[in-house]
Amino acid sequence: MMQQKRSFPFGTLILTIVALVSVPVMIIRYLYGLGAMSNLSDGRAWGLWISFDLYCGVALAAGGFTLAALVHIFNAEKYHAVVRPAILTAFLGYIVVILALLVDLGQPWYIWHIMINWNIHSPLFEVGWCVMLYTGVLALEMSPALFERLHWKVPLRVIGMIQIPLIIAGIVISTGHQNSLGSMLLLLPYTLDPLWYTPILPALFFVSAVAVGPAMVILESTLSGMAFGHRVSRDVLSGLGKIIPYVLGVYLIMKIADLAVAGQLDMIVNSYPQNVYWLVEVIVGVVLPIILFSIPKVRQNRAGLFGTALLVIGGLVFNRFNVSLFWQAIRPGYTYFPHWMEFAISAGVISWAIIVFMLAIRLLPIAEHHDEAAEKPSQAVSGVAQTS
Amino acid sequence: MSNAVLYDGTRCIGCRACSVACKSWNRNPDDPEEKVSVEGGIQGKAFLSDKTFTFMRFREVGEGDDFKWAFCKIQCMHCLHPACEGACPVGALKRDEETGAVVYDDGRCFGCRYCMVACPFGVPTFQWDEPLPWIRKCTFCSGRLDGGLKPACVTACPTGALQLGEREELIAEAHARINASNGKYVDHVYGEKEAGGTSWLYISPVPFEELGLPIVGEEAPTENPHIAMRTLPYYAGGVVVLMAGFYWLTKRKQKLSQAGDHQGEKEEVTK
Repeated sequence: MMQQKRSFPFGTLILTIVALVSVPVMIIRYLYGLGAMSNLSDGRAWGLWISFDLYCGVALAAGGFTLAALVHIFNAEKYHAVVRPAILTAFLGYIVVILALLVDLGQPWYIWHIMINWNIHSPLFEVGWCVMLYTGVLALEMSPALFERLHWKVPLRVIGMIQIPLIIAGIVISTGHQNSLGSMLLLLPYTLDPLWYTPILPALFFVSAVAVGPAMVILESTLSGMAFGHRVSRDVLSGLGKIIPYVLGVYLIMKIADLAVAGQLDMIVNSYPQNVYWLVEVIVGVVLPIILFSIPKVRQNRAGLFGTALLVIGGLVFNRFNVSLFWQAIRPGYTYFPHWMEFAISAGVISWAIIVFMLAIRLLPIAEHHDEAAEKPSQAVSGVAQTS
Repeated sequence: MSNAVLYDGTRCIGCRACSVACKSWNRNPDDPEEKVSVEGGIQGKAFLSDKTFTFMRFREVGEGDDFKWAFCKIQCMHCLHPACEGACPVGALKRDEETGAVVYDDGRCFGCRYCMVACPFGVPTFQWDEPLPWIRKCTFCSGRLDGGLKPACVTACPTGALQLGEREELIAEAHARINASNGKYVDHVYGEKEAGGTSWLYISPVPFEELGLPIVGEEAPTENPHIAMRTLPYYAGGVVVLMAGFYWLTKRKQKLSQAGDHQGEKEEVTK
């Protein structure tokens, strides 16, 4: 059934080492404070962790809600095979966020304050709730895989019954989360560069997340295909590739139109050096993928799909770094470049997530989508007829 | 209706009594790692920190006969629409409507530092060297205000460069001083409109940029996020309705096509 490689792969060894290095670094943080292991300062209070783990981590988890919507709401059965890996990736993305926050927050054990002390005007209030709720929803969405492995019929049936409300709740919460990460930047009209600051930031965050969702699924399917041998059919991946140019097109139009309406189009030429960053972000991460994914030859080719998906993901990561780090003004007199221990934490939590992902793929019915058990409950409960 | 302080740069002599009073009232120790700035002149403290809620910025302006010292007191501006208040997810930072002070409650905080990122004036600071850190910033001596006293720094000021009063009255006073001075001041009251208005107001003989005060627009930074947060329930409701609607539609389409298939089968059988 599963073609497992028995040898302990070199990649896994590296992952394990990187994951283990993050443990003593976490201990240093809790003994001596954030100043001892990071270059964060009063001038730059949010650094690598927020940009990479929070902003990118959440955006790259967008495969979860895009695929869940595509398959369960719009009934695009073709993509059924990749829903579970996508949701697993999203779940782990959120675990990465939470692990990173455990280090980044001053007193993470008081995070529950957010449940009793409400400031409904704060975008971060919404972000906090979304992290908690969506992690819960994703865990529930993942739970059938566990119940199937354990042959627990009753919980499986219960989850099956609430499957569609659960999926819809997941879509509302996670898209709301993508939005609200953009809303968080709305509080910075005087510190975020005008080339990026716009009242429509929440919408831009949402649309770019929808575009990166399928790209993440292409990336993750290709990589886990290489690692485990069960490849997702090319037809499915090229179908995903076909969706992306439409979404990126909308994103591009919104970005340009927004600058045009604000009368700031000249900044693309004039505001050096920001414009170089902006142009790289838009040309490499948006325009180029639109062109490439529109070429059937690229979509029919696994390497082409993989490479172009990487461009989309790279463009989004660059965008999130531009808005959350590079072009947010630092307080005068301060500088920031991440400490090596900051990198160690970020790399460490990602490694933990990948290790869990690999274990889950091996132990749970996630990639074996033709498994009878995986299909039956949803069929029985929601009456999904499999279109052949 | 609320307290404000007017800082008059022409009356300040740079004695730093305000800094000392602040340190002793708040029981803030000296900053062992304090960076001493030589940029732009001699000054003791160069940065706000978890142990320094206010400091005096020194600037050398002009050359030769025009040479003069310019001073500027740096502390929390106590905004009318504080970005930190809008940022804090747990309401740990709040503007006290009665005193006008923006105060911090560490009983709510969990150390996310969004307030530090959001503040357009770069004020809130963090205890970077504590394993269990909190946010720190100027409190407007809200406890003293409650008790009918002036803030420690205002009390300490020997020249009347710092003046506590009613915000509207102080703004009028500031403009009156500017108008009566024959160009001694820059014709601008910093803080009257900046970031939607602040409780600390500045008038100065040299341009505010030269004092290192940030150039901030008139719109309150909380405006756009408030709009975004207000539309959120509609957004959520809309998505639920849309998704449920699409789900219903695709199901219906499927049922219809299934029914069609059945009909086709029947017809084939009857043939």
